[in-house]
This record gives sequence, C-alpha cells and structure tokens, in this order.
Amino acid sequence: MERTLILRGLLAGALGGLLAFVFARVFAEPLVQSAIDYEAGRDEAQAALDKAAGLPVETEGPEVFSRAVQGNLGIGVGMVLFGVAMGALFAVVYTVLLGRTGRIRARALATLIAGAGFLTLYLVPFLKYPANPPAVGHPGTIGARTGLYLLMVAASVLFLVAALLVGRRLAPRLGTWNATLVAGAAFVVLSAILMAVLPSLGELSGAAGSETPLPLRDPAGRIVYPGFPADTLAEFRLYSVLAQVILWTTIALVFGPLAERVLRRDAPVRAVAEA
Amino acid sequence: MTSIPAERSTPVVLPVSKAVLWLGLTVLAALLLYYFVGVDQGAVSVFGSDTHVHEFVHDARHLLGFPCH
Repeated sequence: MERTLILRGLLAGALGGLLAFVFARVFAEPLVQSAIDYEAGRDEAQAALDKAAGLPVETEGPEVFSRAVQGNLGIGVGMVLFGVAMGALFAVVYTVLLGRTGRIRARALATLIAGAGFLTLYLVPFLKYPANPPAVGHPGTIGARTGLYLLMVAASVLFLVAALLVGRRLAPRLGTWNATLVAGAAFVVLSAILMAVLPSLGELSGAAGSETPLPLRDPAGRIVYPGFPADTLAEFRLYSVLAQVILWTTIALVFGPLAERVLRRDAPVRAVAEA
Repeated sequence: MTSIPAERSTPVVLPVSKAVLWLGLTVLAALLLYYFVGVDQGAVSVFGSDTHVHEFVHDARHLLGFPCH
C-alpha cells in the first residue's frame, strides 16, 4: 500500500509541476527575458566603459542551450521534476503520519502536509533569500548563497518538526488549540532568530552592498545605464511564490481524494461505517 | 470529543518498519532530483563539471527560488 501511495504522490507532484510550468511560461518567462535583456545591455555598457578606460574587455562564452530551449522545454522539465520530487517527499511524510496524527481525515491530512511542505521547503527560506530573476546576484557569491539557502531549507524543516513535537507534548495540558498556538509561536521565533543571525544577500557581495545590479556610472559620476528594474524584480518574486502555491495546492487537492480511495479500498468495513 | 467517532480519522496505520525500504528509496530519489534541479553545476558539481544541467533547467531554477549566478 505504501507503494500505491508513493505512486500517487509522484502523480500529484508531476501534475502540480505541470500546472506551475504553464503558469510560469505565461507570466514569469517574459520577466526572465527582460532580465536577460537588461543584463546584456548592462554588459555592453560596461564593456564600453572599460574600453574607454583602457581596461581589458571580457568576452562571453558560447550558449549551451538557446533561450528558446531554456524558456520552454528546460523550464518545463525543471518544474515537473521538482514537482515529482516534492510529490515523493510529500507521499513519504503522508505514509508515515497516516493514522498517527489523531482524528484527521485523509484529505485534511493531505492539505496540512502540503501546507507544511510549502512553508518549510519554500516560503520560510524565501523570506530570507527570495527568488531572483537572472542577472540579479553576483557570480562570486553563488557558493555562499546556495549554502545559506539550503541551510534555511533544512533548518525550517527541523524547526517545524521540533514545533510539532512540542505541540503534541503540550496538547494534553493546554488543549489542542493553545498547544498549536505555542508550537506555531516556537516555529516563528526559531526561524526569526536564524534569519537575524544569517547574513543578508547584500552583505555577501561586499563593497557593492547589494546583489541587485546598481546603475552604471561613467568616471564623472553620471548614470550611463540604469540599475535593475525594481518592477521586474518584484513581479518575478510574486510569480515565484504563486508558482509554488499552485504546485502545493495541486498536490493537496489531487493526492487527498486519491489517497482516500486507496484507504477505503483497504478498509472496506470502516468505509461503510463512514458512509 | 466523544461526538466524533473514531472511524472519521484516517483508518489505516502503516507499519513503517515494513515500508522502510520503499520510503527510504523514495526519499533518496527525491533528494537526488532536488539536487539536480536546484543545485548541481551551480555552486557544486558532482557528476561532470560542465554547465549542461544548470543551463537546461536555468529558468526553472530561478523561479523555484534556488540561488543562481
């Protein structure tokens, strides 16, 4: 039966990834393109400035995949595979928690676990290190940024597990409502402390003070090329959140009823009682 | 509390000890996928240090929130 559940988790995840891809293709891809166009224009301006100052000009390497491949097939495969991975993790947590979380029905449990996945694997890390369109972020800090991001992901999962255990301990004494509030507060406080301790993106790149490209100035201090457009950055981040909302909502809504059918088939006597 | 019959909760408890192989393999596969879509050939590279995986899923990696160049 665990195999059936895992298979359905993969299915729900793939579907979620597919829907998130359709959303991304329509709304986020134009922003990716405009970010890349900005980067190209800025590089040209930088090259012109370097040339005028007598500095060596960097040349770009050849493209591995064309923009058309990256913006259609690449993002599609990436989103679906990510969805499958999330669906697999979701199904494992679901299988383990089944029947061990008190009186929660199959569909409600699916919704709660999907919410937990969205919160810990994406939203909390996003609050500290938000998603960026291309051209935002220094190549030199990629190692540090990746390490810090994965640390936020792992810590969020750990904090939620800790909060749940605390909540379960307190439930008999405080009642479920109050215990849930205390556990939720514990999760928020732990996450906030970690966020306060870890460096911000702007601190990593040193002198610039920001990962986001600032305007280019000529030697006289006049702006010759603008900084990264704020609207593009803000919209890209919004769409990144929405894509994840679509992914996790789909997992919850598709997996819930599928799991319920599996459980009912395996427990026909109780299903009759339930009906 | 007695007004909610026990049948209303999820009816099956799976013995994790029996399912541990499948659950473990699934987690492993999921983490591998997560790694390839999100991390490989960006900051670190385990299998072949070029940029094919990175460039192919490039747009997805940005949108999914992973740090990228």
